[in-house]
Amino acid sequence: MKKNYGVIYTLPTGLWVSLFFLVPVIIVFLYSFLERGELGGVVWSFSLKAYQDMLSPTFLHILVITLLISLAATALTLLIALPCGYYMARSKKKSLYLFLIIIPFLTNFLIRIYAWQAILGNSGFLNNFLIRLGLIEDHIQFLYNEWAVIIVLVYSYLPYAILPLYSTIEKFDFSLLEAARDLGTSHPGSIMRVMIPNIRAGIVSAVLFTFIPTFGAYAVPKLVGGGKNSFMLGNIIADEILVNRNWPFASATSILITLVTTAALGLYMFANKSAARAAQRKKI
Amino acid sequence: MKGSEVRIEGIDKRFGDFHALKDVSVVVRKGEFFSLLGPSGCGKTTLLRIIAGFETPSAGLVYVDGANILPLPPNRRHVNTIFQNYALFPHLTVFENVAFPLRLKKLSRQEINRKVEDYLTLTKLTGQEYKKPAQLSGGQKQRVAIARALVNEPDVLLLDEPLSALDAKLRQHMLIELDTIHDKIGITFIYVTHDQQEALSVSDHIAVMNEGRVVQVGNPTEIYESPEDIFVANFIGEANLFHGTVSSVEGEMVSVDVKDLGILNVTMEPGDLEGMRDFKPGKKVSITVRPEKINIAIEKPPDLQPDVFSFFPCVVEEVIYNGFQSKFFVKVSGGAQGPETGPGNGNFTVKAFKQHVSYYSAGPEIKWKDRAWIWWKADDAYLVEVHDA
Repeated sequence: MKKNYGVIYTLPTGLWVSLFFLVPVIIVFLYSFLERGELGGVVWSFSLKAYQDMLSPTFLHILVITLLISLAATALTLLIALPCGYYMARSKKKSLYLFLIIIPFLTNFLIRIYAWQAILGNSGFLNNFLIRLGLIEDHIQFLYNEWAVIIVLVYSYLPYAILPLYSTIEKFDFSLLEAARDLGTSHPGSIMRVMIPNIRAGIVSAVLFTFIPTFGAYAVPKLVGGGKNSFMLGNIIADEILVNRNWPFASATSILITLVTTAALGLYMFANKSAARAAQRKKI
Repeated sequence: MKGSEVRIEGIDKRFGDFHALKDVSVVVRKGEFFSLLGPSGCGKTTLLRIIAGFETPSAGLVYVDGANILPLPPNRRHVNTIFQNYALFPHLTVFENVAFPLRLKKLSRQEINRKVEDYLTLTKLTGQEYKKPAQLSGGQKQRVAIARALVNEPDVLLLDEPLSALDAKLRQHMLIELDTIHDKIGITFIYVTHDQQEALSVSDHIAVMNEGRVVQVGNPTEIYESPEDIFVANFIGEANLFHGTVSSVEGEMVSVDVKDLGILNVTMEPGDLEGMRDFKPGKKVSITVRPEKINIAIEKPPDLQPDVFSFFPCVVEEVIYNGFQSKFFVKVSGGAQGPETGPGNGNFTVKAFKQHVSYYSAGPEIKWKDRAWIWWKADDAYLVEVHDA
């Protein structure tokens, strides 16, 4: 029998992933079941207090806000990314557009968020522009609320949604749309019935690539958010570690974020499986 | 008769600088198998896409049973298309692909099941219902495309080079099947192809297209035996072309002087010359003779009369054996009436196809480099074009 050396080839990656990914997750998981130390750190005795604290109305409010913001950001991103990807895939200047999509990555993420402060600020570009046009008399408060967070989140993760959509739409056979039209659908109907099901993989990737990072967002709500409706789970973790010195609670919140994002992935895999099973059933 | 009459009037189409269709007018009769035949880039697919509704012509009208259909979007035309690449929906099973147009019409479950089964039976796809297109062979995909296009019971079926992706054997087979389906359901078929064999074998009428124009419309025999011009003669089947000057006209018999070759006699159809008043000696003309109408043998038959036959000595340059026939490419020298000018030093290549109708051929076998004779009847020469100059 031929020996399978493939396992050996995966050793470096395996070691790397377990050392720097799996082990930290296990540590965080363990810490969430310990008691908090006076000055930070943990006391090594089992406790469920961190999870009990999650039932507080304040925390539940933040959880709901986080969910709403990340869902809204994901939906908006998808709405913008779909036509973008469609247009790019049909355009003759594909490489130009791909380059344009990648350009933002040449600038540091934080600097780009500060740039948004310069755009949306009370004496920022947008307010100045609107005042000069005479559309408004006084500045509008764009920054430091949930809407600013959503806008900047959409901006930040748009490229991650456009790229997978572009690559699936590019492979899509557009003559299928003509076939659908020929067989009796309207133009929007042909997109819904034929194109969307065939680029599903790209849509799911785009949703996951946006939802997972926005659900754990920290910097964006920290810098452009404000008030109680844009404080997100990522901010709790930082506060609990740095301000309240409650490491177990910070760990428990991290675990919650991991669970929710894993659930999103799991849902996707389950949906795929049940679709396959439904197809199987029809055969019999 | 089911199906619809399609009347195309003065269709013009430009893509930027490219003039794809130039004043095309064609009438497709109710229920016939009509082919648009031409080389790639001749505009045949564009014309089909205009009928389907995927392109808007720059000028002209398309009538189906007397009503102009150009204002209608593709989904409101009673016309369905079989696409070159089949365009089956990859996310749907065979059954769902065929059911697609019926579900749009919101037919009842039973009706959908019945119709889909009917058309899957017609296209011999029973048992394949729950396969996805990716699991099908090329021929099966083709059948699904046919079933899906027909299940809507359109008045006109448009076929855009539907067989081009299949191998030669399967293509023959599917062509016969398409013809059978056409006979069964009797709707109008408009069939786009660049393959003259396909067009000749199944069509009621053919429109030969070239560079955005319809060059000739006729039934297969007319297209093959009386091509309108040199392009059609060359494009349909194989042809030997001779260019020369008319030397005499006697009744139906026209004698043409072909440079370096000699006199060729052409028998015209009765009445053909009446329309051409200025047709007289001195006119430049082109003549075509189909290779299968040219006889070839080592020995010249003794009873060939020069006013009924044209005959030349030649040297065999190439022999291509095809099983059912042999193709001879021979070099003919000038001097029609005898070997005295010496065969084999001319510069005329003539194609002669000999059918192997029986196992034992008459006369000695003709081989490469042999000196031989070719001859044909003046009736089989066809005056294809009269040049103005």
